[in-house]
Amino acid sequence: MSFAGVDFYDVDGLLSEEERAVRDMVREWVESELMPVINEHYTTHSFPKQLIPQMGELGFYGANLPEEYGCAGLNNVAYGLIMQELERGDSGLRSFASVQGALVMYPIFAFGSEEQRKRWLPLLATGEKIGCFGLTEPDFGSNPGGMLTRAVKDGDEWVLNGAKMWITNGSMADVAVIWAKTGDIDDSRSIRGFIVETDRDGFSAKDQEGKLSLLASDTSELVLQDVRVPDANLLPKSGGLKSPLMCLTQARYGIAWGAIGAAMACFTEARDYALNRVQFAGKPIAATQIQQTRLADMLTEITKAQLLALQLGRLKDAGTFNSDQVSMAKRNNVDMACECAREARRLLGGNGILVEYQSMRHMANLESVYTYEGTHDIHGLILGHAITGLPAYE
Amino acid sequence: MNSIVCIKRVPDSETRVRIASDGLAVDRSGVKFDMNEYDKYALEEAIRRKEEAGEGLVTVLTVGGDDARETLRQALAMGADEAVLLRAETGFDGLPVAVALAEEIRDRPFDLLLFGKQAIDDDGMQVPAMVAELLGLPAATVVVSLEIEAGRAVARREVEGGHETVEFDLPGIVAAQKGLNEPRYPSLKGIMAAKKKPLEEKDVTLVEGGLELLELSGPPDRPEPQILGEGAEAVPELVRRLREEVKVL
Repeated sequence: MSFAGVDFYDVDGLLSEEERAVRDMVREWVESELMPVINEHYTTHSFPKQLIPQMGELGFYGANLPEEYGCAGLNNVAYGLIMQELERGDSGLRSFASVQGALVMYPIFAFGSEEQRKRWLPLLATGEKIGCFGLTEPDFGSNPGGMLTRAVKDGDEWVLNGAKMWITNGSMADVAVIWAKTGDIDDSRSIRGFIVETDRDGFSAKDQEGKLSLLASDTSELVLQDVRVPDANLLPKSGGLKSPLMCLTQARYGIAWGAIGAAMACFTEARDYALNRVQFAGKPIAATQIQQTRLADMLTEITKAQLLALQLGRLKDAGTFNSDQVSMAKRNNVDMACECAREARRLLGGNGILVEYQSMRHMANLESVYTYEGTHDIHGLILGHAITGLPAYE
Repeated sequence: MNSIVCIKRVPDSETRVRIASDGLAVDRSGVKFDMNEYDKYALEEAIRRKEEAGEGLVTVLTVGGDDARETLRQALAMGADEAVLLRAETGFDGLPVAVALAEEIRDRPFDLLLFGKQAIDDDGMQVPAMVAELLGLPAATVVVSLEIEAGRAVARREVEGGHETVEFDLPGIVAAQKGLNEPRYPSLKGIMAAKKKPLEEKDVTLVEGGLELLELSGPPDRPEPQILGEGAEAVPELVRRLREEVKVL
């Protein structure tokens, strides 16, 4: 039985025919192309690279960017639905698409010159070139403004030095968007973005070893040692910490949708398992009160998350959304998905620890999603700041 | 290479279909609809022929209600160039649909007229052959491979226990079977482009058919499983039942 989604409140009725067509296509693609191979990739710790060209052909990368750059030109709700369906398959696949679209294509679109846009966006849209985003450093995660990576002007070139950590797509990327300070090390206003081809001298990437989450995803550490790029590789409209944070707002928006997909997968698996698993007096465990309230909680939280994401998407399409609203959706929806995955895994009993069921894979993945792109706690502080006007980060 | 592809909106193959209270129709509420699977092979074939030829027009055609627009746009998203909705209430009888399609197709120029070999809702398998008869065209049904050269088609069809290869001049009719090709996903750009492609709608009056629907009934309930015994002791009884009741031995 293929995945049919979860829609208790007729949220489908709030979508346009086109948005539903996009969702249905990606859903079918995930069912036919990703689901048969994901367990193999997860257990062998490999990204399903063979899917990259087809995802590009179908238009999954940067799908909400304009057609003139080879992108699909979708609205943000349709874009969110793509993320939802990809993460229904696996958070690693959604992460790949998020990074490519929101963290590499978006900054080139938003801060790049027309020449940079025309050169890179079509290649990234088809997946001919793969990108990564270098902001986080070993010692600067939640506080990226403290970064130590520097870019120093030398004639017509910039010389970059520093290290970046937790970089999705890092080892397989052809191009990296690297954020570095161009001025004083205490001056986060001097942060600029650079397009760095990964075959330049002094650039190296190393797989992050020892992960227990996002196993079907490439996570790497980048080292930049006297990497020289021409001045033409500077993103001219980038300036200050605000620029990379704008990229994160785009990616977090996609995550708020993606988490719903993972939660739907877990809920569907838990419900089907509960209906088929017979214990005690010949009855399925779905007939017990504890599993029913478990499922009721999951369904309720998924439904709330759907409405949160959809309204956020409508606001984004109207151009009136703000990053605090994105923080609320990312924080709520990922936390919701973590809970659903954990409860689904528990409902599945001993079988729940096996890879042939999805819930524990999602549960392990979602711990990363909970942590990256602004941790749950940091988004709490962003909301606290929005509520009180008082920043509590320091 | 110009093709016309006739498609049908049908309940998704995984939908559990319920019979309406009058016993003469399917309850459409809560049912997910999709393009008939075999029609996707037909459409894919038409799009590929056009792509290979580097020119031509793919027209999709359906007889159905307003909701069939969505299925037509799905076909446009896959790569068809234009769509025509012949608006009418359809039933289980293939003939009225075949007549309406033939009337519409008669004055259109085309090389290939494609159908799915059957629609998975009523499994009638009638319309392609009826349209062929009405238009006086050669037709190959249940086609698993197709070659076209210089206006002549060679089609390989599935027949009971094997294959049959037939040859005919174009224009002609092909009814597609699974295996003919691998239908593409509609790309996101295709979905966006579909909005801008022409979708013509006309009301049609269907002729009377020859079939009268008396009753729809669901499949019989599965009988309760029986345990005949355990281990080797159960074998004689099992063999007797298989021979005398199930008649498979």
